Amino acid sequence: MNVLVDTDAWLRAAGGGLLIGSAAGLMIIFNGRIAGVSGVLGGLVLDRNSGERRWRTMFLGGMVIGAAALTAFATSLPVPQLQTGWLGMAAAGLIVGYGTRMGSGCTSGHGVCGIARLSTRSILATITFMAFGVITVYLIRHLLGGSA
Amino acid sequence: MKTALIALLSGLLFGAGLALGGMTDPAKVASFLDVAGLWDPSLGFVMGSALLITFPVFWWVRRSQQPLFAERFQLPTKRDVDRPLLLGAVLFGIGWGIAGLCPGPAIANLASGSPQVLLFVVTMIAGMWLRDRTSGRSFK
Repeated sequence: MNVLVDTDAWLRAAGGGLLIGSAAGLMIIFNGRIAGVSGVLGGLVLDRNSGERRWRTMFLGGMVIGAAALTAFATSLPVPQLQTGWLGMAAAGLIVGYGTRMGSGCTSGHGVCGIARLSTRSILATITFMAFGVITVYLIRHLLGGSA
Repeated sequence: MKTALIALLSGLLFGAGLALGGMTDPAKVASFLDVAGLWDPSLGFVMGSALLITFPVFWWVRRSQQPLFAERFQLPTKRDVDRPLLLGAVLFGIGWGIAGLCPGPAIANLASGSPQVLLFVVTMIAGMWLRDRTSGRSFK
């Protein structure tokens, strides 16, 4: 196995993780809520419970502003590079939405919160989506020879 | 009002953390998942250090009666490992591998103004809606 050693990126990653963990901590300690992005978004657009709309909107809006602010200040960060075209993005979005709704969560809800709750469901879900992410990238990059 | 401000603060930290950590870069995500190529383990540190915080936090939650600004903790109640959980995770993993985007970074990346990312978010919402329609959950 060839491993890319980039200690600056590892430090940034660890710092980003501390921020994400703190964000999830605030939500559960103060509001009693799991900071799972697919759950917060799905609840906002699909569940007809209007009393819940405000905090969900604030959380998701905060994410966009937080990312924009950090990118504006940290100008040396790598510019995000898309891995697929319009059709790939549309298809991937569709199955990510369907899959996270079906599987009750994504990287944040299952990965960051569920594992910390010692939830068997979340631990197994995280192992499963990681494994299929790896398999998918392997198929695209090494068997089909694509650039994903 | 207090809970909305906490949600805003949490979202700000969450979005900043995703951008700082590299999660918002689909190329980085693909390199993390590409264990057969030149593997970039960086994003493992994102989840690892996030868990350093959430493990003690949820340990506190298990021993607490209620959150500080709300009446009760709203935690998932399902315990059984069922087909929807695993099949859903399989589908999510495939989509994550194709685009290098999961829901959080997709939302955070709306800040970049990329129309492809906007398309991803729109079809992601459509996928969630489709799941509800096909599983009879649409009119709850």
